[in-house]
Amino acid sequence: MSRWKRLGFGIAALAALASAAAAPARAAHEQLTIGISQFPSNFNPLINSMVAKAYVLGLVLRPFTTYDPSWKLVCMLCTELPTVENGKAVAETTSDGKKGVAITYTIRPEAKWGDGTPISTDDVLFTWQVGKDPQSGVNNGKAFRDITAIDVKDAHTFTMHVNKFTFDYNAINDFELVPAHLDKAAFADPASYKNRSLYETDTTNPGLWNGPYRITQVERGQFIVFEPNPMWWGQKPFFRRIVVKAIEATPALEANLLSGGVDMIPGEIGMTLDAGLAFESRHAPGFTVTYKPGLSFEQISPNFDNPILADKRVRQALLYGIDRAGTAQQIFQGKQQPADTMVNPLDWCYDPNVRKYPYDPAKAAQLLDDAGWKKGADGQRHNADGKPLNLELMTTAGNRNREVTEIVVQQAWQRLGANVTLRNQPARTFFGETVLKHAYPDFALFAWFSAPENVPREILNSEMIPTQANNFGGENSNGYKNPEMDKLLDAIEVELDRTKRAELWNKFQAMFAEDLPMLPLWFRSDPFILPDWLKGVVPTGHQYPSTLWIETWRAEG
Amino acid sequence: MTRRIALRLVQAALVLLVLSFVVYALMGLMPGDPIELMAAGSPTMTAEDVARLKALYGIDKPLVGRYLHWLGGVLTGELGYSRLTGLTVLRTLAEPLGNTLALMVASLACALLLALPLGIAAALRERRALDHALNLAAFAAISLPVFWLGLLLIIAFAVTLGWLPASGVTTVGGGGLLDRLRHLALPVAALALAGFGHYLRYMRASMIEAMRADWIRTARAKGLSLLGAALRHALRNALIPVVTILALDLGTLFSGVVVTETVFAYPGMGKLIFDSVMGNDYNLALAALMLATATTLLGSILADLAYAALDPRLRFR
Repeated sequence: MSRWKRLGFGIAALAALASAAAAPARAAHEQLTIGISQFPSNFNPLINSMVAKAYVLGLVLRPFTTYDPSWKLVCMLCTELPTVENGKAVAETTSDGKKGVAITYTIRPEAKWGDGTPISTDDVLFTWQVGKDPQSGVNNGKAFRDITAIDVKDAHTFTMHVNKFTFDYNAINDFELVPAHLDKAAFADPASYKNRSLYETDTTNPGLWNGPYRITQVERGQFIVFEPNPMWWGQKPFFRRIVVKAIEATPALEANLLSGGVDMIPGEIGMTLDAGLAFESRHAPGFTVTYKPGLSFEQISPNFDNPILADKRVRQALLYGIDRAGTAQQIFQGKQQPADTMVNPLDWCYDPNVRKYPYDPAKAAQLLDDAGWKKGADGQRHNADGKPLNLELMTTAGNRNREVTEIVVQQAWQRLGANVTLRNQPARTFFGETVLKHAYPDFALFAWFSAPENVPREILNSEMIPTQANNFGGENSNGYKNPEMDKLLDAIEVELDRTKRAELWNKFQAMFAEDLPMLPLWFRSDPFILPDWLKGVVPTGHQYPSTLWIETWRAEG
Repeated sequence: MTRRIALRLVQAALVLLVLSFVVYALMGLMPGDPIELMAAGSPTMTAEDVARLKALYGIDKPLVGRYLHWLGGVLTGELGYSRLTGLTVLRTLAEPLGNTLALMVASLACALLLALPLGIAAALRERRALDHALNLAAFAAISLPVFWLGLLLIIAFAVTLGWLPASGVTTVGGGGLLDRLRHLALPVAALALAGFGHYLRYMRASMIEAMRADWIRTARAKGLSLLGAALRHALRNALIPVVTILALDLGTLFSGVVVTETVFAYPGMGKLIFDSVMGNDYNLALAALMLATATTLLGSILADLAYAALDPRLRFR
């Protein structure tokens, strides 16, 4: 064989090797491995809400309605969104004389469970029965008990009678169906349903799932395997197999990403913002890191029982004293957007003309002077009685982003003449004890989770202040009381006209920005670390995860 | 000896009973509430829902009543359900228990196989080059934080070389013995290296002491080689303190190691116990902690038996 022939064979062999090497790469893209930081504690969609579970169930279940990535309410399991305009939502008076609504939904006729059983109104009735039973362990049972009756028209159409008529009357996002033909037996004793449901005892039963994928293997604490659901009625999903791996430690999650153990880390339940930024600066080639600002509203809650903080001028001064834009730029590389109020700028009801609090130490000093807190020769502010302006700021220990923010705030307020001490607690103690019983003396830094156009009634209404008398029920943990705010929140909830509601939302934002029931910091951003070949992933920024649109995800290149 | 063992078993049962109450009470006294934490992350949960769930899971009832109810169940063989997983406690425990046993037995075996011979070698070459080198290695192993060592191993063998998986117990779709061993390699290496230093130091110290005894000098005077005297006469005596440490370490066979399990995303008992305690999952936490306590107590009884085997004088006490 001549030298040239040998060279030719060599090149051909190399080409063959290269194509053989490329083939597994293509094959590898038929499987998508997602790394998340927590393993779902259970799989029943009605019991025990947690982000990891919502993310995983997005692959296998379809809710009736949900908010899409543009935060618009859409139908998933129903044929058409019932509205007053299309006559499928009709006002009615409840038996106790309240204003209610009758809403008619039709289930998509082609919708089936994974075992081929059509999804029907039997499932609707069974789900309602489980949801309203106080023994069943459902989280948001009140939403189910607000439904006073369900009239079945046929196998696919039903009318739901609800004892209140709020603007989001047609959003039944959490009414996640469970299959009557499989799970009814487990509900014979409602108190043990949470343990006996097939979702826990037979998780790989195909009849439990109605989404593009179904669960085929569960290794608790490790991974869950998903394969396409042959009964899925929508667009065929791209990946032949999806694996969701739970890896709690961020360094281990990152190592898995770099070693090929996982392909992507979602923002919903993956890395924190600082870890995402660090990853991007070190390893960006081959990955795209996108940041989606969401509905986690980071804020500082003042304790309104404290007379110093009950003075609006002090709250306003302290907010003027924090350089939120500069901090967001320096610490979070501009990925986290400063907030004006609780209403996210991505929400349709956001008012861009709402009062802003740019960094203005001179104005802050003036407001503190006006409130009677004068600066002494030592730089410390005192009131007329000579009492120093001492403030304590608390947050969750171990949350790096919050701890860094806390130090920035401490330094900013100390520059204004306040003496600020920091006291942090583990999350369980901080939320379950200190915040719940508003046991923080001055300020607590934490986040409120919300939904698109969510009325913060539980958080701001004066009836929702947790006290010993109401067994610490309610989320208004800073003790904020404003009768005008109470009226406004009630009015927004029942205003169906979008234009009129927009006006009310503007009023709400103006009142919030003026009164400052909380000092707004920013809306948290979550980093999505995706391989360059993965297309179609659209982060939502709200609590309904991107996996609800898994059928649009694909590998390219 | 039999009477002594029986007495130890009765003592162990009493310790378990007291500890079960102490653990139950401590969990109950922990500030905070997991249902409230759940509500804080869920905008749709109302105060009414929070109160209903607390009642459903019995979190609102007095502590002593709950404890007696739990104890009654345990005495009739009913460990109940885990609040966090919704599965029976036994089913929830089974897999992490198996994983932890595999991890801890393998790492303990590796650590001992390395540490005991090298500890003897260091003792026999006291204050010489080999002794200094082994001491340095032992101190380095003791000083390295396990999480850092784990991360180094992951970067070297999973990320850079790509030889071993970075985390988990099995490959998706795999699961044979070889696959499990590949997944065990890095966590076992991290734990074995951490344990190696301790055992080497204990073995070295007790061997040096045993080698200074009169009967060893006599054995050497009668012409026995240094190694022969060490292995035939000193080793049994030198092993007694090492066995004590080993017996105490038996408890970790069931309780696991949270840090290693977290770094390698290895679902074992350490993480399970931590999550169950933090989540107020009394049934699961109690069962797991009692298992760990029982193993430690059993280890102590086994140590007694081992002493008797190693030192004939103890059999007749």
